[in-house]
Amino acid sequence: MDFLLTAEQDLLRDSITRFALEHGDFAKWRRALPAGPHNQAAWSQMAELGWLAIAVPEAAGGLGGSAVETMLVMEGLGRALSREPYVGTAVIAPALIDDPAILAAIIAGETRIALAVAETGNRFNLAAAETTATGGTLTGTKSFVHDGATADWFIVSAQTGPALTLHLVPRDAPGLTITPIRGPDHRHHARLTLANTPTRPLQGGLDALESAVDRAIAAHLAEAVGSMEALRDMTLAYLKTREQFGATIGSFQALQHRMVDIALACEEARSMLYFATLRLDAPAPDRRIAVSAAKTRIGQTARFVAHQSVQLHGGIGTSDELPVSHHLKRLMIIETLYGNSDHHRARFAAATDAA
Amino acid sequence: MNLDYTPDEIAFQQRMRAFFAANIDERLRALVRTGTRLEPREYVAYQQLLAAQGWGAPTWPTEYGGTGWTPTQYYIFEAESARADAPQQFHQGLELIGPVLFTYGSDAQKQKYLPRIISGEDWWCQGYSEPGAGSDLASLKTRAVRDGDHYVVTGQKIWTSYAHAASHMFCLVRTEIRPRRQEGISLLLIDMKSPGIRVRPILTLDERHHVNEVFLDEVRVPAEDLVGEEGKGWNYGKVLLDRERGLSAALGLRLGQYVRVVKSRAAAVRLGATTLLADPGFRDKLAQIEIEMLALEYMGLRTLADAVAGLDSGPRASMLKIRWSELIQRITELWVEALGYDAACFAPLDDATDLPADMPSPMASYLHARVTTIYGGANEVQRNIIARRSLGL
Ligand SMILES: Cc1cc2nc3c(=O)[nH]c(=O)nc-3n(C[C@H](O)[C@H](O)[C@H](O)COP(=O)(O)OP(=O)(O)OC[C@H]3O[C@@H](n4cnc5c(N)ncnc54)[C@H](O)[C@@H]3O)c2cc1C
Repeated sequence: MDFLLTAEQDLLRDSITRFALEHGDFAKWRRALPAGPHNQAAWSQMAELGWLAIAVPEAAGGLGGSAVETMLVMEGLGRALSREPYVGTAVIAPALIDDPAILAAIIAGETRIALAVAETGNRFNLAAAETTATGGTLTGTKSFVHDGATADWFIVSAQTGPALTLHLVPRDAPGLTITPIRGPDHRHHARLTLANTPTRPLQGGLDALESAVDRAIAAHLAEAVGSMEALRDMTLAYLKTREQFGATIGSFQALQHRMVDIALACEEARSMLYFATLRLDAPAPDRRIAVSAAKTRIGQTARFVAHQSVQLHGGIGTSDELPVSHHLKRLMIIETLYGNSDHHRARFAAATDAA
Repeated sequence: MNLDYTPDEIAFQQRMRAFFAANIDERLRALVRTGTRLEPREYVAYQQLLAAQGWGAPTWPTEYGGTGWTPTQYYIFEAESARADAPQQFHQGLELIGPVLFTYGSDAQKQKYLPRIISGEDWWCQGYSEPGAGSDLASLKTRAVRDGDHYVVTGQKIWTSYAHAASHMFCLVRTEIRPRRQEGISLLLIDMKSPGIRVRPILTLDERHHVNEVFLDEVRVPAEDLVGEEGKGWNYGKVLLDRERGLSAALGLRLGQYVRVVKSRAAAVRLGATTLLADPGFRDKLAQIEIEMLALEYMGLRTLADAVAGLDSGPRASMLKIRWSELIQRITELWVEALGYDAACFAPLDDATDLPADMPSPMASYLHARVTTIYGGANEVQRNIIARRSLGL
C-alpha cells in the first residue's frame, strides 16, 4: 500500500499546477465574470494537454486513465476556482456515453455535456424521476442542471415504466427549454423543461447512473480539497502578515488553535478524498460506503475551513474582492451537489447495513 | 421570580400588536420575513412611520424626543415588531451616535441633530474602522488638524456601512499623538457633502452594496462639530456600553423569523411520500437550534430584568451578542440546506427568468450572516474582553 504518485502522475500534477497559476489569477478571474462562464483558451488548453481524454477509454481514442488522474486535475481546478464544465463533460459523459463521435468531440474540447437528474420532487434521490420517457419522447422538468446553461448535450434521467432510463438530448432538441440561472459560484446552471422532446436512449440505467455520479462526486471532492487547501494557504499567509495590537494576528493563541483546526480539517479531507477515489472501482456497496463517507466528511470540513477562513480574515474576508468568499460559495455548491452531508450520511448508514 | 407582564405592560403589548397589524403592509412583511436587506429609502419610510406615532426613538428619554419607555416596554415593542415581521430601525443614528450626543454633545448639537435622527431626515454612518485599525481601533490614523475654527481631516475609513446613503458621518480621528493610543482621539460630526470626501463601494459576499471605503482629503469640519472635548473621543463610547444591556436583551427576538421561514420551506420540500420537515434528522437539527434560541431569549430576559432594576449584568450583553451571531449563522445555513439545489439558483441571467421560491434571500442571508461574527467587534475580540474584564484572566 502506498499513496505515491507514478512518475507520469507527477508530471500531470506539475502541469496542472502551472495551469492553475496561469489561469488562477484572481483579479483576472473576477474581471472575466461578466463575459460568461467559460474561458475558451483554458478549455482548449485542457484539450491539448489531454485532460479531457483521461476518462475516455483507449479504444475510443482516449487515455483510459484512472480516477487518480482525474483527481489531480480537479484539485488544480478547485484551487484556481475554474468554472469550466470538466466533470459533466470529461467525467460523467465518458462513463455513460459510448457514441464515438461524441467521445471524439469531448477529447477535442469541442463539446460540453451536463447531467440532468435533479427534480423538485426527488431532492437528491437519483432513483426517483418524475420525468417520463414514453414512445420515444421525454416530458418533465429538471430543476437544476449543474453547468447546464452552456451545455451542448444533456444526459437526462427519466422513468420508463418501472425502470429508470437515461437519454441523450441535444441543446436544440424540439420541446426543450433551457432556462439559464447563475449560481453564487458564478457558474451558469440551468433549469430544463422537456415537452415531448425526442430522445436518444443511452445504454445504462440506475446502476450506471449511480456509478457515474459517484465518479462525479469524487471529482468534485477533489475540487473541494483543492479549494480548501487554497483557503488554508491564504489564511495562514494572512495570519503571518496582518497586524493588530502591534503584533501579527497569527501570534494570538486563539487564532493559532483555529488555524491548526483548519489545517487538520484539510488533512482529514485529503485522506477521505484518497479513500473515495481509490474505491471507485470497488463493488457497489464498498464504493457507496467510501464515496458517501467522503462526501459527508469533506462537506463538513469544507464548511468549517471556509467559514473560519472568512472569519480569520475579518472584514476583508467578507468582501467580494478577495478569493476567500468565492471559495466559500463554491464549496457550498459542492456540498449540495449530488446530495449534501445529511443525504450521504444516510446513504452511508444504509450501505454499512447492507455490507 | 415570575415570567409575567404587569396589566399595564399587557395593555401596552396589545397597543403595539394592533399598531403593527394595521401599519405594516404585506410587501414589507414579505421582505423582512425572507431576510431581505432593506434599501435605505425603506428604512427611512419605516422611521417616518414610527416618528409620526411619536415612537421614532423608542430607547431615548422624552426630553430628547424619545418615548421614555422602560426597558420592558422597549422589549415588548421589539417583540411585537418581530412577531409582525416589521423591520428593525436602522441603528447607527438612533443607537450609536444619538445617545452620545444627548449625553456629551453641546446644546447646539442636540438641537440641530437629534430631531433629524428621529424624523429620518438625516442618515448617520459610523466612520471608525480603517484599513489598519479594525479590532485594534485605537491604532486609527485619520488625522484632524485644527485650522482656525475648523478641523482639517485627512485619512481613510473602511467598511463604512451605508456611507453612500448617509448625510452625515460620526468619525473618530486623531487630533494628537499621545503615548497612550486611546488618548488624542476625537469624535467629529462630518457632513457627507463636504468637499474632499470620496466614497467607494465594496461589494460584500452576498453581492450587495452596503459597505464602503471613505476617503477624506483635507475635509474642513467646523470646530462646533467636535463632540465633547478634543482628545477625549475614545471615552464617549462608554455610554453605549451602559445602554447595551437593554438593547441586547431584544437581540434574539428576530431569530424567530428565520425559524418560521425554514419551517415553511422545509414543509414544501418533498422527500418521497413525506417532507423534509418531517424528516427526523432535519427536525433534530431545527429543534436543537430552537432550543438554543430559547436559551438566548431567557438569557436576554434576565439581562432585561437587570436593566430594569439597574443591576450590573456583567458580561452577559457581550455573551448575548456572541450567541446571537452564531445562531443566525446556523439557522440561515439550515435554511440553505433546506432548499437543496434551489439555493444554487442565485440570480437570473435574463429578464424572463423567475427564481425558485424565496431565492435569493436564503443564500444571501446565509452569506451575509458571516459578517455578524466580525462586525461591531469580532467574536474573538469579544471573548478576549470577557476573559480579561469579567473573568479576570
Ligand atoms: C459588513 C460589515 C459592516 C461594517 N460596518 C462598519 C461601520 O459601519 N463602521 C465601522 O467603523 N466599521 C464597520 N465594520 C468594521 C468592523 O467593525 C471590523 O471589520 C471589525 O472590527 C474587525 O476588524 P478587521 O476587519 O480589521 O479585522 P482584524 O481586526 O484584522 O481581524 C482579523 C481576525 O483577527 C482576529 N483578531 C484580531 N485581534 C485579535 C486578538 N487580539 N485575539 C484574537 N483574535 C484577534 C479577529 O477576530 C479576526 O478574526 C463593518 C464590518 C463588516 C464586515
